[in-house]
Amino acid sequence: MDAELERRAEGGAPDWARHEEADEFARTVRLFRAGRYDADSFRRFRLQNGAYGTRMTGDYAMVRIKLPAGEVRPEQLERIARLSEQYSIGSAHFSTRENVQLHWVVLEDVSEVMRGLAGVGLTSREACGNTVRNVMCSPLSGVCPEEAFDSTPYALATARFFLRNPMSQNLPRKFKFNFTCCEEHGMARIVDVGLVPRIEDGVRGFRVYLGGGLGNKSYVGHLLEEFTPEEDLLHTSIAVMRIFDRLGDRKNMARNRMRYLVHDMGWEKFQALVLKERAVVKATQSVVTSLQVDARPAEVRRPVSVTSGADPEPAGYQRWLSTCTVRQRQPGYRAVFVSLEAGDITSGQLRSLAGLVRDHSGEGHARAGFLQDVVLRHVHEDDLPRLYAGLVSAGLARPGALTMASPVGCSGTTSCNLALTNSHRLAKEIQKKFLEMGLDGHDDLRGSTIKISGCPNSCGQHGIATIGFYGGGARVGKDMYANYQMSLGGRSDGGAALGATCARVPAKRVMPVILRIIEIFREHKSEGDTLGGWLHRLAAGAGAPGMESVSDVKRAIEPLLAPPSKEEDPDFYLDYGSDTGYHTKTGRGECAA
Amino acid sequence: MSGVTAAADGIEQAVRDNSIRLVDVRHAEQYEGGHIPGAASLPLGGLLEAETPEQIARLAGEAGVGDGTRAVIYDDAFGALASRVAWALEYIGHRDVLLLEETYSGWAAAGRSTGTGGPRGASERHSVSVQPGLLATADYLESVMHRDGTVVLDNRERLNYLEHHIPGAVSLPYVTLGGEGRILRPPGELGRLLDNRGVPADAEIITYCGSVGTLSGLAYYALKSAGRSNARLYAKSFKEWRGLSKPVETQADANYWDLSAG
Ligand code: SF4
Repeated sequence: MDAELERRAEGGAPDWARHEEADEFARTVRLFRAGRYDADSFRRFRLQNGAYGTRMTGDYAMVRIKLPAGEVRPEQLERIARLSEQYSIGSAHFSTRENVQLHWVVLEDVSEVMRGLAGVGLTSREACGNTVRNVMCSPLSGVCPEEAFDSTPYALATARFFLRNPMSQNLPRKFKFNFTCCEEHGMARIVDVGLVPRIEDGVRGFRVYLGGGLGNKSYVGHLLEEFTPEEDLLHTSIAVMRIFDRLGDRKNMARNRMRYLVHDMGWEKFQALVLKERAVVKATQSVVTSLQVDARPAEVRRPVSVTSGADPEPAGYQRWLSTCTVRQRQPGYRAVFVSLEAGDITSGQLRSLAGLVRDHSGEGHARAGFLQDVVLRHVHEDDLPRLYAGLVSAGLARPGALTMASPVGCSGTTSCNLALTNSHRLAKEIQKKFLEMGLDGHDDLRGSTIKISGCPNSCGQHGIATIGFYGGGARVGKDMYANYQMSLGGRSDGGAALGATCARVPAKRVMPVILRIIEIFREHKSEGDTLGGWLHRLAAGAGAPGMESVSDVKRAIEPLLAPPSKEEDPDFYLDYGSDTGYHTKTGRGECAA
Repeated sequence: MSGVTAAADGIEQAVRDNSIRLVDVRHAEQYEGGHIPGAASLPLGGLLEAETPEQIARLAGEAGVGDGTRAVIYDDAFGALASRVAWALEYIGHRDVLLLEETYSGWAAAGRSTGTGGPRGASERHSVSVQPGLLATADYLESVMHRDGTVVLDNRERLNYLEHHIPGAVSLPYVTLGGEGRILRPPGELGRLLDNRGVPADAEIITYCGSVGTLSGLAYYALKSAGRSNARLYAKSFKEWRGLSKPVETQADANYWDLSAG
């Protein structure tokens, strides 16, 4: 047993760090700056250690901190707060893959950030590059009423097994695992390996989906077999990775994710290869390669009973309660979703959040969610008003966390080299407007999502959104404007499907178009319909007469899409957050959600 | 006591022995509401209004800081105000000045004594022997900023730096300088930071911040504590630089402000 397992066995929290990596990073940066390390090797090294390039400059990096299974402890939140003030811009960013990102870090300071992270057991190692990226787990795993069992320990064990494992240092391309709680809460079918827990004949195991992924071209994952028992989990993962390592395309950057391999080879053939390879792995791997799953039930306690004296019904409480919390399978407890502005949180808010986690979460840590959000679980129902009051004073009680009023937006032109539009700001503007309008309270919009990427690369996961957008540029004469490709009817649950391309929508028309689509939906919906369900039907061409498919939607919104002349409406030609003329400008891509 | 800071332990005794003069640079009202026993009041505001070295010397004298006095300075703003006052004293020729290693709040939170009793001893006379080598004026800065061996440090927060800064300046936000309840991190850590940044040990370093040289004053002492004593403070900082329409650099084509929350 390695030291880490011993510590866990003693009940300690996971430690993902290696202290010496910070020194090595500092040393390598110095060599690189002195011209003694070539640019390509340095780039690979930098990415391996979780530092991305930044828009239009080699002097800054984005440090991506992994939160395996999404778990983050209060002292880790506090440390991230401090590091963001010292080395970043005084705020941090929660991504869609349970990472926390610090942007605009001076390249020479990255090692200091790594050192600070290591002090609280965090790492950015293999958060980028051609490695096994952060292993995700549903923020509801362990509390979801529908789940077969809690997959969190399996996610942690998988992360532990592949982190720094020689096998995962030089894959053809990045590789992603998502564990989930149940089919409904999804995200299992849009990654290389997606795992949904399931019990058969009293045996724990998973439904394993392979070869999904979002990107320039997106695919939905395939089910490997009806049931993969727990003891086959690691062998299956290794087998898939070995095939990808062997057969994946190492030449063509644009087509080297595993989903292309699956697509080109055909699913049946790929499936057969995986099953065969698994048999080989099983026969040849020594016993040491088993997953060290910590199956002890997580300790849950109610930290403080502080209900007395709290206002039982603060203003806005009901709205927040119904749009930001869900009942757990443990009676009397809820999971609370904290919606951030497209994932951004200030250092002060991180500290407040740390305090609230200590005081209110029965498991003593928080989880990152799928929607650039943070989730506090095991909150006793009697403590909710008090937690709400705490969130209000921290500026973190935005309603609508679980609704369409909390759009996802990738970093876009705020820092990403590849970005064509300011998707990040657009997401924030939509949130502000939709909350003002109270759209979070509408039942027929529940469960619907808006997701925005700043370019076709899908870090904003637009493909699985009810209404998804990715950025590009368009022009009238010589005047350019930010323009989004809109897709409709995507979803990420068990029925995962990609949205159908609908129309190009100028940035400054995105909001009117969404509102118009809601109107059209209300004119045509049937009893009990939700926007998500309705658009999903239309995406399959299965709407009702008069509004059958997305082309009918396109026709109905067309009047909103025509560009005005620059004289008529100069603002149209500016992207959000910009007061100078729009132009597309990109650097070398490393892709950063 | 070593380097540029004075440890909190031993301060009370040193005040009783009269071997130091403790100087409180917070607002006069804050001082009156409670301070470290025996401290004299010399608010930064008053000092910044002083127009000549002679006026600064007079204020120092009134606070009981004579030519040979060891002055220990504290504030309640992570050491930035204390640093600015300490630097001003050095500038007029005072040699023996230290910063209290923690702030007034830190002092009080540690359960050390506070009170309203004034300092013992009368005012002193302070002479003037201006040290021009500690100061960078805008003209001086402009004349050396592109020189090899000169490093210009910007101690404002990163977003302000990205928006605009003095051409060629290196961003080192003031929050990187302190920590763990101390106004300055240990010299080894500060040295490592500067080494990583490739700041040569013998470089001439000019620090600046937003307006009056407080944040950059702290950086001035951080540099000294890390053994980089060839430092100058651009006391009038970026506010003056902008006012004089000197050249600035900006980080173009990136909407970094939209990343900041709240
Ligand atoms: S590469 Fe990713 S993060 Fe960058 S703009 Fe495109 S989708 Fe957004």
